[in-house]
Amino acid sequence: MDEPVLVADGLTRIHGVGCDRCLETTGPLSDTNRCSACGAVVAMADVSFALHPGEILGVMGESGSGKSTLVKVLHGDLAPSAGSAWFTQGDTRHELFALNAAERRSLRDRAMGMVHQNPHLGLNFQVSCGGNVAERLLMAGERRFATIRQRAERLLARMQVPIERMDERPGAFSGGMQQRVQIAKALATDPPLLLLDEVTTGLDVSVQARILDLILELQRETGTAMIVVTHDLGVIRLLAGRTLVMRLGRVVESGLTDQILEDPAHPYTQQLVSAAL
Amino acid sequence: MSVDFGYLDRAAKKEIRRCALKALAIPGHQVPYASREMPIGRGFGTGGLQVTLALIGPSDVLKVIDQGSDDSVNAVNLRDFITTTCPGVTTTVRTQDASMVQTRHRIPERPLTAEQILVLQVPYPDSLVVVESSEARRRVMHGEQDYARLLVKLYEDLVRFREITISHRYPTRINGHYVIDPSPIPRWDVPKLNMSETMFIFGAGREKKIYAVPPHTRAEPLAFDDVPFRTEDFRDGNGKRRQCVHCGADDTFLDEIHGDGGVTHQCSDTDWCDQRRAAQPRHAEARHG
Repeated sequence: MDEPVLVADGLTRIHGVGCDRCLETTGPLSDTNRCSACGAVVAMADVSFALHPGEILGVMGESGSGKSTLVKVLHGDLAPSAGSAWFTQGDTRHELFALNAAERRSLRDRAMGMVHQNPHLGLNFQVSCGGNVAERLLMAGERRFATIRQRAERLLARMQVPIERMDERPGAFSGGMQQRVQIAKALATDPPLLLLDEVTTGLDVSVQARILDLILELQRETGTAMIVVTHDLGVIRLLAGRTLVMRLGRVVESGLTDQILEDPAHPYTQQLVSAAL
Repeated sequence: MSVDFGYLDRAAKKEIRRCALKALAIPGHQVPYASREMPIGRGFGTGGLQVTLALIGPSDVLKVIDQGSDDSVNAVNLRDFITTTCPGVTTTVRTQDASMVQTRHRIPERPLTAEQILVLQVPYPDSLVVVESSEARRRVMHGEQDYARLLVKLYEDLVRFREITISHRYPTRINGHYVIDPSPIPRWDVPKLNMSETMFIFGAGREKKIYAVPPHTRAEPLAFDDVPFRTEDFRDGNGKRRQCVHCGADDTFLDEIHGDGGVTHQCSDTDWCDQRRAAQPRHAEARHG
């Protein structure tokens, strides 16, 4: 098998000062993520996984389970309290949290795409949709206007955004279209890794289906590895080959998606799966 | 050079000189300084004035211009203030005779020399202020050369108007790193910053920043590889280059004047215009007549 795109090892994020007892006093067994000794909140603890090229990893869990924290830490929006992550690009392996700010940003601009639940976080509503895609290309160092224009057109057309409307601002678009523009923006530099944080939450079912289809097509065509964070079992079932189930900041179960959904081992997962029916 | 001269106290002078030196050492970097209270309101050239007062000595010959003109109110008042408080300093309107030029919104047409210093008054020192409101984040962006959002602005202009519409304060990359706001000089003047003989010091009084373009330093206006930067062409409806109504120059930055006789154009740099006309006897009466 190919070398993993991303290897996460023991990722931990504690909000607050933290103490020696934070990890032992929190988690599913203690039924809290607030440390009883010092009051710090353990948003995520000891998350490890490997993501291979072209693979889609699902991260499932209820609100507050730490799934968005995981994505934010990987994307560099939040610093981890402990742990490491190795990102392979071409022949080089980068330890994400050992890079300095500029290296980190440059790697992120070129090699990672992020799609937020709320388009307002991922798109600049003051500039056109084409301009939003252009921003990513410009960040990655492209300086030819005609090339940027063509590439933005192709990406938006690929995401089924009518290109005659590409010079309109995202505010003029429906929620589903905004989300597709956001995905086009995230894909602008052909990143080997795409992070999708609740991308279909809040959209109506038919729009959800189209976006999920597009994501699957993309994965088949480009071989982009993806991490899909969601609380929606349907999304996990459709997209993810492997899944992590998180609760109170810990991974309580991981494995093949089919196996987890058909034969959940952890009581929390069982509850989650039965609740969905 | 003595610090006991003119209007500013010793501490202020030393500080501003230190900041100016640092600004020259890191081309394009905005150096914060403790902008002093001046007897004119902030926003009326206090930044440029403090730089001038910190650098000027009794043997200096000073020229002050506002939008290219030596006679406009701002220029006259600043010049009067400096000559009143700095004994020995003489003033001139002739660019080639000046050792220091303080200016608002123009760089003289006449090429400046290595013996001259140009001080610019700056209202908004940070090129990124149009895309990012937090100064803390802007400083990080400058450090990481994160200028993509400025280029997005150019992209948007090209899409909407097929032309980059920034008329002044054109973002310009200095020495391959920092992108400065070159103060509200027109595009016409931006190429003069590039590999210049003279040094340019920018003072922002209200925003408390000093930055500089040293001599022989690259100054590249932001643009796309296939859509190069261009200056104003001053062509009329028929594609003909407009001329100065006074001196006939067709290679200067022109002001558009709306008067009783309709719209006319004249050199914005009045000294350049006057010197040209002085060399052409047949035009000599036209202006003062």
